[in-house]
Amino acid sequence: MRKVMTGHKAVAEAMRQIEPDVVAVYPITPQSEIAEYYAEYVHDGIVHTELVPVESEHSALSACVGAAAAGARVMTATSSQGLALLVEVLYIAAGMRLPIVMALANRALSAPINIHCDHSDAYLARDSGAFQIFCESAQEAYDYTLIAQRIAEHERVRLPGIVNLDGFALTHTAQVVEPLEDAVAKEFVGPFQAVYPLLDVEKPVTWGAFAMPDYYFELKRAQQAAIEEVPAAFLAVQKEFVRLAGRPYAGFVDAYRLEDADRALVVLGSTAGTAKVAVDALREKGEKVGLLKVWLFRPFPYGAVAEALGHLRHVAVLDRAISFGAMGALYSDVAAALYRRKDRPALVNYIYGLGGRDITVEQLQNVLVELPKVRPDEALRYIGLRE
Amino acid sequence: MPSIKTLAQREEKEVRFTPGHTLCAGCAEPMVVRTVLNAIADPVVVASPTGCLEVASSRFPGTAWNVPWIHVAFENAGAVISGVEAAYKALRRTGAIRRRIRFVVFAGDGGTYDIGLQALSGALERGHDFLYVCLNNEAYMNTGVQRSSATPACAAATTAPVGDAIPGKPQDRKDLTEIVAAHHVPYVAQAAVSHLIDLANKVERAMKHEGPKFLNVLTTCPLGWRTPRDSALVQSKLAVETRYWPLYEVVEGKYKINYKPKERVPVEEWLKTQGRFRHLFRDPKGQERIAEFQAAVDRHWEYLLRKETCFSGGEGGQG
Repeated sequence: MRKVMTGHKAVAEAMRQIEPDVVAVYPITPQSEIAEYYAEYVHDGIVHTELVPVESEHSALSACVGAAAAGARVMTATSSQGLALLVEVLYIAAGMRLPIVMALANRALSAPINIHCDHSDAYLARDSGAFQIFCESAQEAYDYTLIAQRIAEHERVRLPGIVNLDGFALTHTAQVVEPLEDAVAKEFVGPFQAVYPLLDVEKPVTWGAFAMPDYYFELKRAQQAAIEEVPAAFLAVQKEFVRLAGRPYAGFVDAYRLEDADRALVVLGSTAGTAKVAVDALREKGEKVGLLKVWLFRPFPYGAVAEALGHLRHVAVLDRAISFGAMGALYSDVAAALYRRKDRPALVNYIYGLGGRDITVEQLQNVLVELPKVRPDEALRYIGLRE
Repeated sequence: MPSIKTLAQREEKEVRFTPGHTLCAGCAEPMVVRTVLNAIADPVVVASPTGCLEVASSRFPGTAWNVPWIHVAFENAGAVISGVEAAYKALRRTGAIRRRIRFVVFAGDGGTYDIGLQALSGALERGHDFLYVCLNNEAYMNTGVQRSSATPACAAATTAPVGDAIPGKPQDRKDLTEIVAAHHVPYVAQAAVSHLIDLANKVERAMKHEGPKFLNVLTTCPLGWRTPRDSALVQSKLAVETRYWPLYEVVEGKYKINYKPKERVPVEEWLKTQGRFRHLFRDPKGQERIAEFQAAVDRHWEYLLRKETCFSGGEGGQG
């Protein structure tokens, strides 16, 4: 049944249907409503979840790690500074191969302090070993929360996963969402399979051992093997979900009007919605423009990106965060994806939307229009900046 | 109350912490760990933050733990055990787990007094059902004897060295036991490795209570205290006899000093046997600082006596 709900409510609904054994969460703008909705479900007795209302994000993920190692299905959510505080434990959760799914309400990092959207928090977690999915809409936030749970718990993966939804643009905006029926969602997610649970006292295991130069390297290599299993799991789970829910998802990226295009934008998250309007408007005028939205940001789908962009002449990669002293993170990934192709498009990197700065249809149109005239060099260009 | 025999029999039946660890010769930690684990009859799950015990017991691919054990990071043992215990509660509710399991943290003073204090306070406030044991050796021994907030005044540490301008640690130690007691949890106590039966009794009494239980155990470190390898128990006993480390408990808010030394042994007797205080006996101002140290010990002892008078009725006996 179609309902109007915010991105927060959509994520909370998915969490209610997943009904994890443990949710440990700490409030932060703009994520707090997820914690509040879930606390309501617990206090109203409609889920069996043990809620751990921790005293920090660091403790939120630490409690999740403890609970997941104990043998429970666990979830959490955070944003910005909270992600920065818990990122130490995120690396550990990945190293310990714990399937913890976390919604990340994307928000700028301090200083200066700011509560609005950009992707600096997601980029901070980029190399953590957690897989990351970016959502365009509240519907995607709901769908990919369910999908992420299955990927995280996939027997060949067993890794933490982050579902990114843009702060305020998605978290606080009411949109039409069509959730699955509870029973259908629960069947899709399935029962949790614990691996070497601490609570199996008959078979004691040591979690979080200390590895010196004689073993550390092999263990990290094994972790890389696990994240390399994510793409196959992603495709299989996404396919199963599409059969169930009838959504237009196919693969790691959403290629919009790219087939006959000569120019395109590459974006993450809710900007894709704005970009689609910009693309449509220029198409009306006969311009051969398109858009590539990347769903799966980590592990980065190099092949799919190269396949989708390889035939273009000009590509603008838009990063919603500065990777200080380097090109944007998404730009660097796209450039790496295209490097091996003989005929590759000229690439330009734009930085936009920091700290919640609006990005408009007109600005995105301008980027597409000016793109053939822009020298493709290693300079950052800025959209909507006063200079 | 468990006797040495009972503890030994339990260990004979199930060695929970095996000799396959690499703690230093003369380290007091294994005695505390084994006594605590042997004093608990139920199955246990243990969490430890980063520290001596953790690195010395869990070097991959080996382990000294014959019970389920988890280490995550340095500052979060309180949060990790909260998660483990929350998982247990949730899985008991669904019927996936039926048997009674107990939860224990073994953490050093760095991981408890300093970097782990917030996570510990949170876990205490939320009321998780667990026993937190601080293996208090009064400095960051694992990383090379740096000062912590458990380090006593005047002690030499590698980050509070005896210099010409500043001789050792200028600040007094933090009274963590009282900070924990201020959370009004059911059971809080101080114990010492030299008094193992007292420790076992405390564990047994603690485990009768639902909710957070905290034991601050003086766990001597010959390396960091710069004393002979065979001195751990002697050092601990002297700390108790000089009233530097009172054995007491706070049960449901009621204070009980478990052992009151009959004679007043000057704290100097304890200080003079340790390399970390050696400078006090060479420095011309040393006697003045020893007197200040003694005054602080006396003040704290007096404070405890008054607390016991005001809030008495604990269930403990003589240690």
